[in-house]
Amino acid sequence: MTGVGDTRQPLLAVQHLTMRFGGLLAVDDLSFSAYPREITAIIGPNGAGKTTVFNCLTGFYRPTAGRLAMHVNGEIFLLERIDGFKIARRAGVARTFQNIRLFAGMTVLENLIVAQHNMLMSASVFSIAGLFGLPRYRSAERAAVERARYWLDKVGLTERTEWAAGTLPYGAQRRLEIARALCTGPALLCLDEPAAGLNRRESGELNQLLLSVRAEHGIAILLIEHDMSVVMGISDRIIVLDYGRKIADATPAEVRVDPAVVRAYLGEDGVETSSRTMVTDPGVVRG
Amino acid sequence: MAYFLQQLINGLTLGSIYGLIAIGYTMVYGIIGMINFAHGEIYMIGAFISIIALLVLGLAGVSYVPLALALVLLTTMFFTSVYGWTVERLAYRPLRGSHRLAPLISAIGMSIFLQNYVQILQGAREKPMPPLVQGGFTVFESGAFAVRLSYVQLFIMLLTLVLMTGFTTVIAATPLGRAQRACAQDITMAALLGVDVDRVISTTFVMGAALAAVAGLMVTLYYGVVDFFIGFLAGVKAFTAAVLGGIGSLPGAMLGGVLIGLIEAFWSGYFSTEYKDVSVFGVLILVLVFRPTGLLGRPELEKV
Amino acid sequence: MKAASGLAVTKPAYTTLYWETLLKDAVLAALVAVLLALPLVGLQTYDIGGGALGIRTHFDWVVMAAAMVFGGRLAWHFRPRRRRQGEIGGGPVFARLAARGNRWALPITLAGIAFAIALPFLPFSSRYLIDLGTTVLIYVMLGWGLNVVVGLAGLLDLGYVAFYAVGAYTFALLARDLGLTFWQALPFSGVVAAGFGVILGFPVLRLRGDYLAIVTLGFGEIIRIVLVNWSPATGGPNGISDIPRPSFLGLPFARSAPEGATTFAQFFGLEFSPTQRVVFIYFVILALALVTNLFTLRLRKLPIGRAWEALREDEVACRALGINPTNVKLSAFGIGAMLGGFAGCFFATRQGFISPESFTFIESATILAIVVLGGMGSQIGVVLAAILLVTLPEFGRAFAEFRMLLFGAAMVAIMVWRPRGLLAHREPSLRLTPRPRRARLR
Repeated sequence: MTGVGDTRQPLLAVQHLTMRFGGLLAVDDLSFSAYPREITAIIGPNGAGKTTVFNCLTGFYRPTAGRLAMHVNGEIFLLERIDGFKIARRAGVARTFQNIRLFAGMTVLENLIVAQHNMLMSASVFSIAGLFGLPRYRSAERAAVERARYWLDKVGLTERTEWAAGTLPYGAQRRLEIARALCTGPALLCLDEPAAGLNRRESGELNQLLLSVRAEHGIAILLIEHDMSVVMGISDRIIVLDYGRKIADATPAEVRVDPAVVRAYLGEDGVETSSRTMVTDPGVVRG
Repeated sequence: MAYFLQQLINGLTLGSIYGLIAIGYTMVYGIIGMINFAHGEIYMIGAFISIIALLVLGLAGVSYVPLALALVLLTTMFFTSVYGWTVERLAYRPLRGSHRLAPLISAIGMSIFLQNYVQILQGAREKPMPPLVQGGFTVFESGAFAVRLSYVQLFIMLLTLVLMTGFTTVIAATPLGRAQRACAQDITMAALLGVDVDRVISTTFVMGAALAAVAGLMVTLYYGVVDFFIGFLAGVKAFTAAVLGGIGSLPGAMLGGVLIGLIEAFWSGYFSTEYKDVSVFGVLILVLVFRPTGLLGRPELEKV
Repeated sequence: MKAASGLAVTKPAYTTLYWETLLKDAVLAALVAVLLALPLVGLQTYDIGGGALGIRTHFDWVVMAAAMVFGGRLAWHFRPRRRRQGEIGGGPVFARLAARGNRWALPITLAGIAFAIALPFLPFSSRYLIDLGTTVLIYVMLGWGLNVVVGLAGLLDLGYVAFYAVGAYTFALLARDLGLTFWQALPFSGVVAAGFGVILGFPVLRLRGDYLAIVTLGFGEIIRIVLVNWSPATGGPNGISDIPRPSFLGLPFARSAPEGATTFAQFFGLEFSPTQRVVFIYFVILALALVTNLFTLRLRKLPIGRAWEALREDEVACRALGINPTNVKLSAFGIGAMLGGFAGCFFATRQGFISPESFTFIESATILAIVVLGGMGSQIGVVLAAILLVTLPEFGRAFAEFRMLLFGAAMVAIMVWRPRGLLAHREPSLRLTPRPRRARLR
């Protein structure tokens, strides 16, 4: 079930992660690693605990047990101990949300500028440099706008910088959220169902975007997804959860034919159980 | 010891009054997630209506005390409920879909309106009432100090107990109560399942107003004097009680009310009367900082 | 009836049903009105004397109320229906105003400022008018200050008057005990008020919405109760008097000056008139208000201001982006409080004395109403709302008694009619493309 004897240094090493809510065991002794420059997918039937894992990784839940180590620039950050907001700030972990959490009343551009808040705040020295328009702050602001422009171009939102984020069509909102997460300059990008609600063409574009993010910027991606065309299309590694436990951790080709995975999705007799559906269309070939 | 007992009795009486008002806050918050800022004013209106009813009965020559009390109780509850219902219809229902601040501002506006409404109509001076129910009995004596439990105090505590049991039964056992609990859990789903949400919300307001009316009558009997401003302070204290007990929980509201009553009684008995309100506000801040779900409330998990 | 073609037609049956429903509805409304009016309007208590109360009946008023409700309800059914114009503010007029306001915003603002500066010198001006203007400007400044907390950061503060009070009392105490002048004490008022703002911020860090509102209300009340009761320090219910008035660069506005000093009038060779100080005070608050406005507008374009707005939109997303919500909230409370403190300092010097009576919850509610009624985020809206709220009771003495009643009713009415305020419109703090010439309604 584990990968081929991996001697590389993982970017994120999850060891024995357990999350308990009262009597409910949502995540049960989960261990896996995500490597730099790789796309790792976490899949599983609904209720398997995927978003719970994300919430533990990004500081929204405090894990009941386990060690979540981020290795960035020679430093180790223990995510289970760090305050929520510091995880994005220091450990370089950015995320998007299942239900899209944009700053709906602010414009597209402003969403991306807010993402660079920390850099801008230190440049403005408690806002003093900002208040007086000192060059130090002005150049930082220009750099922030440039970076925003770059990512807007990447996700194809250049025409709509002044739109209020809440008025964007659904697919554009998802792309904006990804761009916003990327503006924080992360080492690891966690995407929670980025393809939800996207049609065939849009999920193809998403694949291209994620592949280029990985190729051009070396950012590792961890993604939760139900859409198999995306998962099979771009993942280097797939982790399959069922009832909070890991039942597979392998390459896409291996996972597709793994009997345990098939059983989890399709039930014991091969009959679809009510809460479990799996899009079995492998879709686009990885490229 | 005797002094302590007396403060205890006073605190329980005060606590019953706060508890009844607190139930109104907690029920409304449980269902629509907003603080009914005008609820304190409903209580004040209840107090005024009870005085007026007492005066009218007095003029009509009804002198048999239990009968008078019963009639006043029913009339006050009735008329105050109409006020509660109207407030919801006018100030809250139209704002059900809008952003958070709108119902709050509307509630504050309604509160100011009602205060001034009563002030203009009934005069700004406080209204005294000669005591209707007099006398009591001595519970305990220690040296010079006699611990007295007056009939009014007994009446208040017993009536509160009866009402509490009644309402808890309604919530737990009747279809209306079930509908209310469903709405408190998930209002959208309840609506989709055919629950008349508007009716349930209106009923909740009416019930809360009725209880506040009883509290108003009690305050008239107990203190013998009311003015148009009693709603504000009592409202905040009762809300503190609701939060202390756990917002959304009926027994919690009662428990919170009793605790706040006791805190206030002991504070003014042993420390100072001027700062007794500060003690209650302090409790509010402490509860919300350290245990926002209150004593009997359910912890809410943040959904990401 | 004859139709155009000349054929006989009968009136459709549904009109009678329609009327029946309407009338039933209006009758029910009138019935409710009777039930509401009967106990409190129909029966009025009054003092007989000797601690007893009598009852007067006013059943005619009850009937009138019922009739008015009946008529009003009927009329309401015949109101002109307008199509929804989306979230902007509803209604074509205001929405167009707000959107087109983009282009006119700058000219209108400049015209307004020019008018404000010229006010004392205009022919119809009077001491009374300037006084009124001063009061309006105090509320405008308070509104802009509260706008930082409520409008930008989305933190419901119902106890803003506490910082106003802290600023005023800081100056009063510094003047009484250390002899500081207005200009010397001004920064202290701001700093102390900001401190209190941060103190308030800590316990409410994890609170949301209504809970936050109630705690801030409690905070405001605690401050007031302490001011009333802590007599040795604060003068208790009598407050503090003999607060020094501001001077023009050291020149006092008095009829005559102590030995060796010159008064303002003497220095400029003018005939002394008490109006001079009134006008100067007016300009002081005008300057303070304008500085407040420029300051907040600038902050909005800085990362701190954007963080406030982001916090208002979605705190969870802020955390996910590495923004520390604690710092953002504390900074909002602190800076908002500081501005309130400045206003309080000015208030103290204008009145010459202060007492806890000026710092009640109603003041907080008024300031909040100004911010919300004007339309959160709209600077001009705050000005309009402040003008409305302050000048309304001035129109006739009769209004004054009913002032608070109308005020409360207006708050409810405006919220029901325009929940987003009169001029709610958000101007982005940063643009890549220039503002469109033709206003685009989105």
